[in-house]
Amino acid sequence: MKFKHFIQSFFCLLVSFKSFSQDVDADKLLDETTKKKDTATRYVDGTFLSTRIVDGHTVETTQKGVLDFRISHRFGTLNQGIYELFGLDNASMRFGFDYGLSDRFTVGLGRSTFEKQYDGFLKYRLLWQSEGQKQMPVSLTLVASMIIKTLKDPTGAKIKNTDRYYYAYQALLARKFSEGFSLQLMPTLIHYNMVPSATLKNNFYAIGAGARVKLTKRLSLNAEYYYQLPGNKIDGTHNALSVGFDIATAGHVFQLHLTNSTGMTERTVITETTGRWNKGDIHFGFNVSRVFTVKKPKEVKM
Amino acid sequence: MKKLFILCLMLPLLQQVTAQTYITRNGLISIYSHTPAEDINAANNEVASVLNASTGDFDFKVAIKSFHFKKTAMEEHFNNPDYMDSEKFPKAGFKGKITNLSAVDFTKDGSYKVSVQGNLTIRDVTKPITVDATINISGGVVTAESTFSVNRKEYNVIGESFVQKKIADQIQLTVKCKYDKR
Repeated sequence: MKFKHFIQSFFCLLVSFKSFSQDVDADKLLDETTKKKDTATRYVDGTFLSTRIVDGHTVETTQKGVLDFRISHRFGTLNQGIYELFGLDNASMRFGFDYGLSDRFTVGLGRSTFEKQYDGFLKYRLLWQSEGQKQMPVSLTLVASMIIKTLKDPTGAKIKNTDRYYYAYQALLARKFSEGFSLQLMPTLIHYNMVPSATLKNNFYAIGAGARVKLTKRLSLNAEYYYQLPGNKIDGTHNALSVGFDIATAGHVFQLHLTNSTGMTERTVITETTGRWNKGDIHFGFNVSRVFTVKKPKEVKM
Repeated sequence: MKKLFILCLMLPLLQQVTAQTYITRNGLISIYSHTPAEDINAANNEVASVLNASTGDFDFKVAIKSFHFKKTAMEEHFNNPDYMDSEKFPKAGFKGKITNLSAVDFTKDGSYKVSVQGNLTIRDVTKPITVDATINISGGVVTAESTFSVNRKEYNVIGESFVQKKIADQIQLTVKCKYDKR
């Protein structure tokens, strides 16, 4: 009997020691928090480094309250030779402001020297690629833009104001497949209020593809191609192909590229690119983006 | 023998009373860097900490990725390999001991000044530090608070050369934890 009690007591002692040694440490607590967060929804960022691949939009939008001032140049073609310093003597320029009304909604205005165009756009990120609790395999951004060509008609002919208006609608569908590779498809509709020749229809359809390959932490290789669907195509135009590098620094993104387009608005790139790569009609160009925080984001919750 | 049995049964209860452990999963840590060029602030409200009231052991762990900045670009820089390298070094922590534990009465409301001695680990670099802290007890709720400075270069947090003017060498850290009884 005594022995039985002794065993019982011994067992109880063991139990009490066990609870005594049941230590918590901060490391374990932190791992619990991390695990919980890993299952929460994580939005994929950095599908592209910038809001433009080269000429066309990426799915990326400007952060809320941030003003992105962009200056872009496309120099003359390389095949102009040394007299024009391979095109550097001539430049087509666009400057513009993009502003993030929310993290998903960007508005922008721009002005191009090429054909004296004004452009404005609305851009909304409808779907955002995410992992974890809410899974979304792709990002989808819709862009609607309007372009006004204010260049006077060389023949002096008077045209109605509304005949100078152009509209472009794009659905940008992108996926960041890995840290190093993103791909984007851009079905596009461009509407001309007035087409350059009577045989053309007002709506032009094109499909674009863009990609980003990350080379180093701050450098990536971008390419963009727009294929004009057959049936309605302006004579003498070619599909636009652009290849370039993105270089990111604090607050800036520099984009250096080669392209066969002179303009930078949707209509001048997608439907009115006259240059041909195999003829050497290649423009060197760059985009510089500088962001300013206009509206301070809310304080990090303390 | 029966008495001994009952005593043994009560042992775990006894331990509950004496070895009081306080824990939190959502303590706050904020970092602040001041230079004439720029002020930098970040905060992390997911500090895990354990305070053992009977031994004075203090234990803190933070996930680097849980530090949030006002500017997303800054947050990216903070996490990238030139700075905190959160992929390679996901956690930072402090393990130490209150050296004047007798000054604190965990059963009585009040504000107690303590000195905590221990090791701070950032980017896997561990260095001994001593910091002054305040333990507040009010209505049985334990709160610990401390502000101290750390020289980031001692922990290999360097960054690119062109940003050096914008980041102070001495980074001010403020820790504030409200504990729950375990």
